[in-house]
Amino acid sequence: MIEASVIASPFLGIFFCLLHVIVSLVRTWSYLVHQIQCLIISSGLLPQYQDINLDRLRHLAVVIDSEDAKNKSKVHQLLCWLSDIGVKYVILYDIEGVIKKSDKAYKKSSANPSETKCLDFAPNMLLIFDMFGMTVEIIFYTDGKEAAAKGANYLCSNYLKNQDDTLNKLGPKFTEPDISSALKAVGHDGPEPDLLLVYGPARCHLGFPAWRLRYTEIVHMGPLTSMHLVL
Amino acid sequence: MEKNDKSMITKAIGHVSFVMRKCLFSILSIGPVPAHIAFIMDGNRRYAKRHALHQDSTNPGSGHRVGFKCLISTLQYCYEMGVKYVTVYAFSIDNFKRDPQEVQSLMDLMKEKIDELLTEDSVLKKFDARINFWGDLQLLSEPVRLTAKKAMDMTVHNKGPVLSVCVAYTSTNEITHAIEASVREKQENAPIEVSDLDRNMNTAGCLEPDIIIRTSGETRLSNFLLWQSDFAHLQNPNPLWPEFSLRHLVWAVLEYQNVHGYLKKRKGEIEKNK
Repeated sequence: MIEASVIASPFLGIFFCLLHVIVSLVRTWSYLVHQIQCLIISSGLLPQYQDINLDRLRHLAVVIDSEDAKNKSKVHQLLCWLSDIGVKYVILYDIEGVIKKSDKAYKKSSANPSETKCLDFAPNMLLIFDMFGMTVEIIFYTDGKEAAAKGANYLCSNYLKNQDDTLNKLGPKFTEPDISSALKAVGHDGPEPDLLLVYGPARCHLGFPAWRLRYTEIVHMGPLTSMHLVL
Repeated sequence: MEKNDKSMITKAIGHVSFVMRKCLFSILSIGPVPAHIAFIMDGNRRYAKRHALHQDSTNPGSGHRVGFKCLISTLQYCYEMGVKYVTVYAFSIDNFKRDPQEVQSLMDLMKEKIDELLTEDSVLKKFDARINFWGDLQLLSEPVRLTAKKAMDMTVHNKGPVLSVCVAYTSTNEITHAIEASVREKQENAPIEVSDLDRNMNTAGCLEPDIIIRTSGETRLSNFLLWQSDFAHLQNPNPLWPEFSLRHLVWAVLEYQNVHGYLKKRKGEIEKNK
């Protein structure tokens, strides 16, 4: 006797595929509409896009999927475009640290390599440099949770040193400013981005440091290979 | 007689809806179904304004009442679909800065709705669900805090799905308390590891969210589950929270199924490198 579920399975499978075809069609339509919007914006027909005011965008973060990040020319192009439109501070993040391993390549390719300034927050971490008049900070996965653990160890060692203090006898009591100071002390401090652009297949921040993501606007841009100047 | 007829028709419609949902969820379950969905229930006040609900000094929480009804139906759909954990962002520590009358109204509403969730015909009872309250509960007024504690005690042994309500919560506050607890434990030479912090988070023992949905089209996480959302699919559908319905939930799951393979791969790579 064949079970009802065995009979129903192919039909369920067909409906499942149908649902996903509908999702793909809707996403394709949205993509086409977006492309048309980009075309209209880049043509200069809309006056509100002719002069972009970036006063409120003090810090921009870009999360790039590590596979996309291996495409150095695309990442370089993105940095050029960001500098052209007037972005002053960019935090580049990819989960595996592909960009961090190539940071020397980006420094060399800046307009005037001899004037490339390294603005490292900690002596052993050359993570921040000046490029095209724009400060670029490069981080990856270990700058998130592992950095928080380092900050915790820093606070722990301070707490144990001061254990004779009356307040400390009541047990450790930390505030959010204490955590921020600890992260700064261990060289994992940094500004909170106003906007985070995600380049990859999914809208996911892939482990961007939690402490810096509180009120950041997160926008999915699609794969890096299909990026446009009209961001 | 008419009343009986109406209630029979309502029951019949309810049964038919249930059967149709079961078919729909059977279709969806051919692909990966998220084990944990988190919601930022944004848009209650805008909904009240848009629909000119009775929002005056005596009832500033009317939008939130409609929002609660939406929460109950969403919970029902999630649990029927097989979602094991649902987390909702009910009240942020930052929300205490709102008008004191609105805050008080929200606290009263919260107490009322927690009591409602513990009644016999509630969705929690129906699914034998457990309820958690995550956040700095000391910041809540005593009646709300005691009601929340009572709800957690009453459902602690339930074996069904889990509802976690983030109230007086921010992620940075959670991380701070986790670091505090880790420092309190670690008095020896061994360094504090990420696993220690994980263990001291409110979410210890709970799977990380697969999807985080913020309604009203807003793109921020607003200090919600920042530590736990490394590989969560972030979605921001346009409808306001009270407008969020079954079709939006189904769409959210379909979108998640499209990217599940990619997110699982990325997560696996990081765990392999640990």
